[in-house]
Amino acid sequence: MAAAAGVELRLLGEWLSPYCIRVKQALAVKGVAGYEYVEEDLEHKSELLLSSNPVHGKVPVLIHRGAPVCESLVIVQYVDEAWAGPAILPSDPYERSRARFWAAYIDDKFFPSWEPFFKSKTAEDRAETFKNAIPAVETLEKALTECSSSEGKPFFGGDSIGYVDVALGGYLAWIKAVDEVAGTSLFDEAKFPRLAAWAERFAAADAVRDASPAVEDIVVFYKKMQAAETGAEH
Amino acid sequence: MSPPVKIIGHYASPYSHRVEMALQLKGVPYELIQEDLSNKSELLLAKNPVHKKVPVLLHGDLAICESLVIVEYIDEAFDGPSILPADPYDRAMARFWTNFIDTKFSQPIWLAYWSEGEAQKAVVKETKENLALLEAQLNGKRFFGGDTPGYLDIAACMLGPWIGVLEEVTGVTLVNGNEFPALCQWAKEYSSSEALEPCHPDRDRLVAYFTENKEKYKMMAKTMLQQ
Repeated sequence: MAAAAGVELRLLGEWLSPYCIRVKQALAVKGVAGYEYVEEDLEHKSELLLSSNPVHGKVPVLIHRGAPVCESLVIVQYVDEAWAGPAILPSDPYERSRARFWAAYIDDKFFPSWEPFFKSKTAEDRAETFKNAIPAVETLEKALTECSSSEGKPFFGGDSIGYVDVALGGYLAWIKAVDEVAGTSLFDEAKFPRLAAWAERFAAADAVRDASPAVEDIVVFYKKMQAAETGAEH
Repeated sequence: MSPPVKIIGHYASPYSHRVEMALQLKGVPYELIQEDLSNKSELLLAKNPVHKKVPVLLHGDLAICESLVIVEYIDEAFDGPSILPADPYDRAMARFWTNFIDTKFSQPIWLAYWSEGEAQKAVVKETKENLALLEAQLNGKRFFGGDTPGYLDIAACMLGPWIGVLEEVTGVTLVNGNEFPALCQWAKEYSSSEALEPCHPDRDRLVAYFTENKEKYKMMAKTMLQQ
């Protein structure tokens, strides 16, 4: 109780969750350090999580001086506004609207179109669902071209990592892990050169490296997940 | 001179209405271009190639899509009374609840009005739980935003003019004064608000629209609940 009262900043998360990963990435980009990270067991959610997020009961939850903020993109914007540090959203209203538009697209269209692929159980299913994920990737390649402008800036945010980068970035380790296990390449270098280059640059950035789980750890988890599902069918 | 402001919208869409409300509250004059959703215009397809949906805000050469993205743009691009609060935590709360409306609230309430029988029971229960959460957010205030309408009031606009219309057309009552007195009071505040009066939708036109599309929406709801 005394410990809880004294904690300035706490993040409730789960190491595999893309939404938690993106919040960690945003905190790192903003230069916010020294917060307490609590790994939640989603099968046995803590009292703190359930009382901090009574509406959804989900991670991530950022608790700042005892006040909870929920929903990953809401948290990212809060981090951007409540702390001084490198800007995550641009300052121009139109650029901000474009960043918000693409972050929403990533969660509402891109991820749902990819999700069936990583949940596929047979090679046949995988071929079909992978094909269905491609149109959204094409759209993101165009978005990156638009956002990074004719000067070919490295990130959706321009010269530095921004809102759209962390929105997509939360999923990146998963995308790489699934590609490794399935033998695919979602951000294929030949078809989507800008996204492929973005993925490499993003993963290599200091802030991101420390905030993201190791792809190998997700590979181990994903293989177990697939084996368990196939096992259940027999 | 500020570049002209136009909305590509539809009179029956609460999402389109959100944009009108925001411009109205901000004091920005605009032109409304009514879209025929059964025969989408070249303009709409050009300005919203990704989603091909209304509303779209045209500000000079710029096109902004997605209703809540547009509302935040309006708040930031134009001078006038603030739509979002100033404090970062209050802003986070406003964004949390508008996200709640779009991701958890909207679909079940729509289904609750248009579905029937056993399938309807579950969505009605879920809707009432969601309505209770929003009722609690009002917490004695005139508007979600306080004394004047703000971001969440704009996002929740469907609970204003649309509820009465949907309840009349479908015969389903959800937002009743016994269970949700604050929401009912809010709807009254909303409809008598002078600030919002110029963009109030025409009730008879809404009734005609939803009556005309009744069978289509009932079919859609049935299909969605079977999945």
